[in-house]
Amino acid sequence: MSQYFLAVNHDPADTTMDEMTPAQMQELFAAVDAFNTEVKEQGAWVFAGGLQPLEMSTVVDNTGAQPVITDGPYAESKEYLGGFWVIEASDLDAALVWAQKGSKACAGKVEVRPFQDEPEA
Amino acid sequence: MESLERVYREEFGRVVASLTRRFGDLDVAEDAAGEALLVALERWPVDGVPANPGGWLTTTATRKAIDRLRRESHRDAKHQAAHMLHDDTPHEAMGVVEDDRLRLIFTCCHPALAPEARVALTLRLLGGLTVPEIAAAFLVPETTMGQRITRAKRKIAAAHIPYRVPCAADLPARIDAVLAVLYLVFNEGYLSTSGDAPLREDLTAEAIRLARILRGLLPDATEVPGLLALMLLIDARRTARLAPGGELITLAEQDRSRWDRAAIDEGHALVRECLALGRPGRYQLLAAINAVHTDARDVRDTDWSQIAALYTQLAGIDPNPIVALNRAVAIAELDGPEVALALVDALPLDAYHAWHATRADLLRRLGRSEEARAAYDRALGLSDNAAEAAYLSRRRDQLGG
Repeated sequence: MSQYFLAVNHDPADTTMDEMTPAQMQELFAAVDAFNTEVKEQGAWVFAGGLQPLEMSTVVDNTGAQPVITDGPYAESKEYLGGFWVIEASDLDAALVWAQKGSKACAGKVEVRPFQDEPEA
Repeated sequence: MESLERVYREEFGRVVASLTRRFGDLDVAEDAAGEALLVALERWPVDGVPANPGGWLTTTATRKAIDRLRRESHRDAKHQAAHMLHDDTPHEAMGVVEDDRLRLIFTCCHPALAPEARVALTLRLLGGLTVPEIAAAFLVPETTMGQRITRAKRKIAAAHIPYRVPCAADLPARIDAVLAVLYLVFNEGYLSTSGDAPLREDLTAEAIRLARILRGLLPDATEVPGLLALMLLIDARRTARLAPGGELITLAEQDRSRWDRAAIDEGHALVRECLALGRPGRYQLLAAINAVHTDARDVRDTDWSQIAALYTQLAGIDPNPIVALNRAVAIAELDGPEVALALVDALPLDAYHAWHATRADLLRRLGRSEEARAAYDRALGLSDNAAEAAYLSRRRDQLGG
């Protein structure tokens, strides 16, 4: 089994979410919930979470002599990580099946990235 | 050693596929297949080509792979090698080995790989072409092609792209991806987009060879014989398609006695076989259109209504403006250039050289020389094939005032 990071990137220029009615939002949440339940029931669930918007982030740089703490993201970028799942799958094809379901549920594109394999003990 | 090269080309994919299944590592399989070739180059000229060259190469490559794994200090590799040494499974007969090549082609053409990487990997691992050969065929520097292939293999390993035939639900889409790769290889050979050589026979021949293998492996996928027939019927006209000076000769002007009758007969038989199954797809319909063309011993005998009908059917499953453009060419023969020009002008293909070339030809036939000249100029500006450019300039220069 391998672990995959299923990232849902958010583009601030895309206002689809902001324009949703409360009923549409409810429908979206329900779809994501149903997807989460399926991932858990199939034993593929490792971890998942939704993230606060980019402006809520704080950057810590302790690579120099003194730690430096600054407000905001490290670099300006068009898209940012909005939420993610970490799943277990036998191979990429199995992970891509989950990504297709996840993309449908959260109404957004999903980027699938393999984790580095753990060094064998 | 002509026959060695042929045998090697034939067997390379089989050896790589079989070793990949056994060792689970494309690099190990590829390197061992290469080493086995070096041994063959040394031994075969002296001892003669063995009775079962594929089995010989697989056995030799397997030994090379085991040697390599033993040399590597990794404990697991050593353990695995020790295990492999005691694995005396004989070289398997056709059945299972054939399945291995099918796994290999689906892995090489996986949608998670960039299209140009799929083409390169397929030619390298399944076709046995060397990196310099593939780089030369696609006119990119060897280092670029080497990196492209290395990167794709790294992704296969890192992302755990599986080495198996996709499940039934995914199979049609994944076969389409494989066919797209083969057609891309063929087209690059047939109408090279750049460079001095308008034809690269090594690529067209390789695409046809791989399609034959795929047909043997997937006898129920009707688009596979469809694509094979299409490529055979196009390739059959290869020698009639270029003038001695390197200029393109259009279908209408070709000396049809120079067509390859054997390839046409085979293509026609495949088209009939497809039609009988009644599951038409894009490649089958394109093959049927080419079958109608190659059925006519003289261009005046061409059944244009049949061609127009097939393009209409094709537009139904593949509604793209290039299909509509080709249909308009048939309509020009049926209803005249004026009707066809109206259809062509409605298509959003301003950036496509063939759209301008088609307009130029229709305008020429309507006697609208000035407009035809401008259209030839636009087509020439967008064409990147030397033979086609030579044809277009001649046509332009023949226009009356």
